[in-house]
Amino acid sequence: MAAFEPVLTRNFAVENSQSLKVYEGRGGYQAAKKALTTMSPDELVQLVKDSELRGRGGAGFPTGLKWSFLPKDRAETFMCVNGDESEPATFNNRYLLERDPHQMIEGIIISCFATRASTAYLYNRFEYIAATRVMERAIAEARAAGYLGKNIFGSGFDLEIYVHRGAGAYICGEETGLIESLEGKRGWPRIKPPFPAVEGAFRKPTVVNNIETLCCVPHIVERGADWFKSIGTPKSYGPKLYTISGHVNKQVCVELPLGVTTRQLIEEHAGGVWKGRKAKAAVPGGISMGLLSADELDVPLDFEEIRKTGCLGLGTAAVTVIDDQTPIMDVLYNTCRFFAHESCGQCTPCREGTTWFYKTMKRIKAGGGRLEDLDVMEQLAKNLGITPGTTICGLADGAAWPIKNAMTKFRPELEEYIRSHQQADKKPTALQEAIFRGVSPSLFDSSLPEPSEPLPGPTAPGHNPRVSPGT
Amino acid sequence: MPAAESPSSAPLLSESIREKIRAYIPRYPDKRAVTLPALHIVHEHLRCVPYKAMEEIAEILDLQPSDVHDTMSFYGFFPQAPIGEKRVWICRSISCMLRGGDELLGVACKAAGVAGPGSTSADGELTIEFAECLGICDHAPAALCDDGRIYGPLDEQTVAEMIQDVRSRTVPPDEIPL
Repeated sequence: MAAFEPVLTRNFAVENSQSLKVYEGRGGYQAAKKALTTMSPDELVQLVKDSELRGRGGAGFPTGLKWSFLPKDRAETFMCVNGDESEPATFNNRYLLERDPHQMIEGIIISCFATRASTAYLYNRFEYIAATRVMERAIAEARAAGYLGKNIFGSGFDLEIYVHRGAGAYICGEETGLIESLEGKRGWPRIKPPFPAVEGAFRKPTVVNNIETLCCVPHIVERGADWFKSIGTPKSYGPKLYTISGHVNKQVCVELPLGVTTRQLIEEHAGGVWKGRKAKAAVPGGISMGLLSADELDVPLDFEEIRKTGCLGLGTAAVTVIDDQTPIMDVLYNTCRFFAHESCGQCTPCREGTTWFYKTMKRIKAGGGRLEDLDVMEQLAKNLGITPGTTICGLADGAAWPIKNAMTKFRPELEEYIRSHQQADKKPTALQEAIFRGVSPSLFDSSLPEPSEPLPGPTAPGHNPRVSPGT
Repeated sequence: MPAAESPSSAPLLSESIREKIRAYIPRYPDKRAVTLPALHIVHEHLRCVPYKAMEEIAEILDLQPSDVHDTMSFYGFFPQAPIGEKRVWICRSISCMLRGGDELLGVACKAAGVAGPGSTSADGELTIEFAECLGICDHAPAALCDDGRIYGPLDEQTVAEMIQDVRSRTVPPDEIPL
């Protein structure tokens, strides 16, 4: 492969890269001009389809295909740019907004022209305070220069971009949650279908795309689909911003072709694992994607290969490294706490399940863990989310995946942790034990002799109706 | 939720705040979409969104106060009672936790003299809160001040310096703290 030339980050190191003048001086807005003056919207959709650009937000859905789901006879279309980047350890979109806002705007202009959207909302999470100010300033600059507003490049195409600030909810990164939030409601994901392309924001056809996805579009227009497909691995083409954080010497965001390995990221870009230690595990792309064990660090981080390790997918390509002195239980405790905090509360399996995970983890950490807890958690993990079909959105899958992965890859360590962290006074209460064994809480007093008396040990997990429904 | 906090009919939101809220209406096909921007505007001015403000936002946007409250209470950002002049979030998500973020939250509360996360210092200057991932993991363990300043990587020493810096310096709203 030829030497890789970064494109998304090419202006990051340039002084004053946020200004229109610098961006124009480096060839900025030429792709937008080319698209709007020489191409038709359908040609652009075809070009993006040909490039096989896949969404950078987590699911990896083909962008061109998403655009082609819009009804042909639509009168009005909205574009929502998903900047609610809340997946833990992900910060590549913040870099794109803060350091090259005009690249973002150019991406939005071309994508809106292709999808015939004349209003774009950039939904920005409130934590990105500087990014919001940078974007607002850049949008004002672009409008003054005629890149936004009426009749852009004399093509007859009109576009306005508005920044819409979120208010601190992970779920608003889910596309229909984002739309609900934009409409001024709580960010509860909608049942699909109808998909946003048919009925989205304000009940109109809507395109929701990730920031990095749209930032790729100007470069595809400028250099062509073949160039884009010359980068990366089969079915995962193009450049990608990887972020590396956690137990490494340098926590960075780097642009690389899709398909680098975790080990390459750690060794070549993050300066190795900190304190001279070894990596025990890594999170491949935000905690909802699961865990990689130490011998899976050479798996390419792209949309396809990573799934073979049992991880949910590439996610946001936010790699978190965990050193060999950190118990996996601590990592699971953190992920369970996160999802219990961020479940929106709409679907019962997720609302109750994530809280149950967290309570169980809290008890294990405090020293009241039992080996059966792992079976209960695994059973629960298999029963919530879109995969088993019990929730509206994928948040619960994200909550379940690190647990499923850890049970497969780190079970002996988890068991050892429970055995070696016992505290007599933190054991489950008699009531909790009774519930675990299938006794109805309302019958608790009458069905058992004395709540304070120690109960006999629980039956084997395989024979417990609570653990194995249907047996 | 108090039924009616004040029987007074004097408006809480000044005309200039109302003007700012109304300026957002043409941006959206539906007035309800201005709820979040309106809540942000009120919060910037009052450092909280009391019930009376919800009623007045509802009036401007042709909604019921319960609609505004329903939306507002979903998000973690808007307090109903006033918070400090400055607000600092300490991140507790994975990358920060791995590098000591959980412990630093306690240290920061102590250094700022507040009872615990979510509390405000006695002089009303500073509120410390925990946050799930702030998206500044390149600074982990990190903290964010609500004027946009980013702090990190933190340790016990630099947490104290951060509290000092937050208290002593103000970044004007139109300045970008990059």
